[in-house]
Amino acid sequence: MQDVVLALLVKRPSHGYDLRGRLLAALGPLGETLNAGQVYVALTRLEKTGLVVREREDASARGPRRKVYALTEAGRERVAGWLAEPAGPLAEVAEFHLKLVAAAESGMAEPLALVEARRRELRRSLAEAQHAVLIHDTDSEAGLLLEGVALRLQADLRWLEACERTWSARAPYGEGGENG
Amino acid sequence: MTTRGSRWGRGLSRRGDTRDQTAAGPVLRAVGLSRVYGEGESTVLAVDGVDLDIPSGQTLAVTGPSGCGKSTLLHLLGGLDRPDEGEVWLGGQRIDLLGERALARLRRRAVGFVHQDFHLMDELTAAENVELPALLAGDSPRTARHHAAALLDRVGLADRDRHLPSELSGGQRQRVAIARALVNEPLVVLADEPTGNLDTAATHDVLRLFADLRATGQTLVLVTHDERVAATADRVVSLRDGAPTEDTPLAAGGSQLGALLGWEG
Repeated sequence: MQDVVLALLVKRPSHGYDLRGRLLAALGPLGETLNAGQVYVALTRLEKTGLVVREREDASARGPRRKVYALTEAGRERVAGWLAEPAGPLAEVAEFHLKLVAAAESGMAEPLALVEARRRELRRSLAEAQHAVLIHDTDSEAGLLLEGVALRLQADLRWLEACERTWSARAPYGEGGENG
Repeated sequence: MTTRGSRWGRGLSRRGDTRDQTAAGPVLRAVGLSRVYGEGESTVLAVDGVDLDIPSGQTLAVTGPSGCGKSTLLHLLGGLDRPDEGEVWLGGQRIDLLGERALARLRRRAVGFVHQDFHLMDELTAAENVELPALLAGDSPRTARHHAAALLDRVGLADRDRHLPSELSGGQRQRVAIARALVNEPLVVLADEPTGNLDTAATHDVLRLFADLRATGQTLVLVTHDERVAATADRVVSLRDGAPTEDTPLAAGGSQLGALLGWEG
């Protein structure tokens, strides 16, 4: 959560209410379980560790005053690190999805480049898993686990195809979406 | 591997009509390969300026969504279709400029095809299907029979040699088709969605067979939309709109499986 909140702040300083709205837009129905307080908790922790600073308080038309947070230099570096770090073969779909959203919003990375790097990572992992699947008896317990791992990686790779289509069609910047 | 190499080494030096790219060069090479379908405003660039070097003994998987040009590329590489632009080199010989008969002859000897729907002759037995390309290439019936029997044994179907395709399962039919593709000791085996019509168990059989082929040094190009099939290759090239977008070397067997589960490093 902290990484995601940080990444959303790259585009512009913002308050918790706005951040939560943007997060919900990116997550859709999956975001419905997001506790309203989670974004505010993340912001407080980030402020304590010096990754964000409270810039000002905006008076909203009605309701409470809103604390507007901005990234510090350390926070910016942390976002760059988060976008670049490989997620691990069996990482959560949502985290990678949010990385793509954050990359496009912040302009700190090219979503399609992240898709390509992830695909290379998953392909290498699937090669390992599939190699083992063909060696092991599919009826054995070990073979059953390997089959599950291989199916999971295959599914993630298929989803990456969809990511590639969507993000190349959007072509937020860079060379454009002519290869979509 | 060595028999295949020497056999082809002799054949090529005898021809002597092209620049030999030497034994160390790629077995199969595409240079600026393009293929256009249709005319006027409805033209489709099925293959768009593909450069590809496939070294001897490599298993290459070409993946991509349907319509990305991967089958067209395979047909160009195997001399089943001719490019509008570019060159195809097979075993050091440029093949895209050959006449129809010379190309057909070369294809029969140097290329083994495996198709998604097997393409076996329904009225011939498994053994006869495997023998047929050897007979067409000029082998004696005895040599052809001998070869076919050895190959059916190699694909685990020695006891099915007299069965008609209709008496075999899909996986068995595809293994007969693979034996047939190998009967003339081709320089390359080209497979177009070889597991597309097979269930999981039969797919695994075919993939194990390909792994055995790789161990003998057989060069293999397989076109597939299935990442699990592609994962068994040495290298994966992704095609989008007729052009390669990624070229990933794979090295399986490093047993980093623990890392998959996050229990290492």
